Amino acid sequence: MSGGVSAFTFLYLLEAVPWTLLLSFVAFLGGGVVGLLIAVMRIVPSRPVRWLATGYIELFQGTPVLMQLFIVYYGAAVLFDIHIDAWSAVVLVFTCYSGAFLGEIWRGAIQAIPRAQWEAAACLPLSFRKQLWYVILPQAARISIPPTVGFGVQLIKGTSIAAIIGFVELTRAGQLMTNATFKPMIVYPTVAAFYFLICWPLSLLAETLERRIDANLGIKRRL
Amino acid sequence: MHYVFHFDVVWDHFPELLTGALLTIRLSAIAMVLGLVLGVVCAYQASAGPGPIRQAIKLYVEIIRNTPFLVQIFIFYFSLPTIGLRLDANTAAMLAMTINLGAYASEILRSGIEAVPRGQIEAGRALGLSRLQIFRLIILFPALKTVYPALASQFILLMLGSSVVSTISAVELTAITNSLQSTTFRSFEFYFVATGMYLVMALGFRASFTALYWLVFQRGRGA
Repeated sequence: MSGGVSAFTFLYLLEAVPWTLLLSFVAFLGGGVVGLLIAVMRIVPSRPVRWLATGYIELFQGTPVLMQLFIVYYGAAVLFDIHIDAWSAVVLVFTCYSGAFLGEIWRGAIQAIPRAQWEAAACLPLSFRKQLWYVILPQAARISIPPTVGFGVQLIKGTSIAAIIGFVELTRAGQLMTNATFKPMIVYPTVAAFYFLICWPLSLLAETLERRIDANLGIKRRL
Repeated sequence: MHYVFHFDVVWDHFPELLTGALLTIRLSAIAMVLGLVLGVVCAYQASAGPGPIRQAIKLYVEIIRNTPFLVQIFIFYFSLPTIGLRLDANTAAMLAMTINLGAYASEILRSGIEAVPRGQIEAGRALGLSRLQIFRLIILFPALKTVYPALASQFILLMLGSSVVSTISAVELTAITNSLQSTTFRSFEFYFVATGMYLVMALGFRASFTALYWLVFQRGRGA
């Protein structure tokens, strides 16, 4: 391979990185809204609402993202006789996917707050909504940051699946470059290296935050 | 919506889908066993091995955890043949899944190992047990018990993630679904049913893991 070709390959892959980041970011924001809703629905007093949220989580955590993507991209197209472009399909699917995971992470954080905090807020007396909003969520937000960042890594890696329906992000760019250059031994490890450079700092950040919050809560970790 | 559902086509091909599901279960089950063994070996070496090996394992775990599974599969299937290592699709899929799970399992086990009280390890040393004996007889069992839920979730994620090995033409449920829907033009119906099958498999695996936990850790132990 000449220097020119490899420089071109490198640049082509580099240009695909923003698409991976954009997709992850949009799905993360959308998933954040869905996730908050799901987390709250999981802890409200009404049982049918809780079941609904549990069903949502079971459905999206219990089936492969790839299948969800196929249903939306190929299935819904024939079902509603419309053409869904790849971008809309992947955003929709990854929003639902991250909503399920973030919802479960945040529910865990909410339930990690001692019962006494709820009781104290109820004594004040605050309504359920105010107990949640002013007393519980601010505390839960703090402990939920490390696993949320950790999920961000999972989401960024997960968006590689969008390549399978032809959405051009980092992994798809790698496939295209492999087909053009016949150098999979160079292209795919480069793609992996790009992902690593994006994800590794986030993983380290999640780890550091976790340790700091553990220290604040007085949890000692043997290292 | 003018779409007429034809689930009868799916039922005609149901035996093939069932074969696909069995292949997914077999592939995942083998990768789970091999991956767990790899994870245990790595966790042992990471806690008791010599320095360079510890560093190498850390590198392995970080690389796998910060790159997408899809790209890892591509490297195993498309990149390795260029340096003379030609694997058929199913072997490449199995190998990639094992190596992927091994990294996650060793990281999960690490936290379980850290949770074993120091005094027990010191007691083992006082009895004159070797490092391997201490690991095998004192650390491993309680560590596995501590991290069992996390490990079980990771196993189920691996099973769901195995759907992407269809991209390298490894034969499992997603691949069979894909070929069936492309010959019958009933994409929605096939993907819908296949997704349902994954959900059933995920629930089935979870139930089996709960039963296994009871068999291994609870029965005849009083507590």
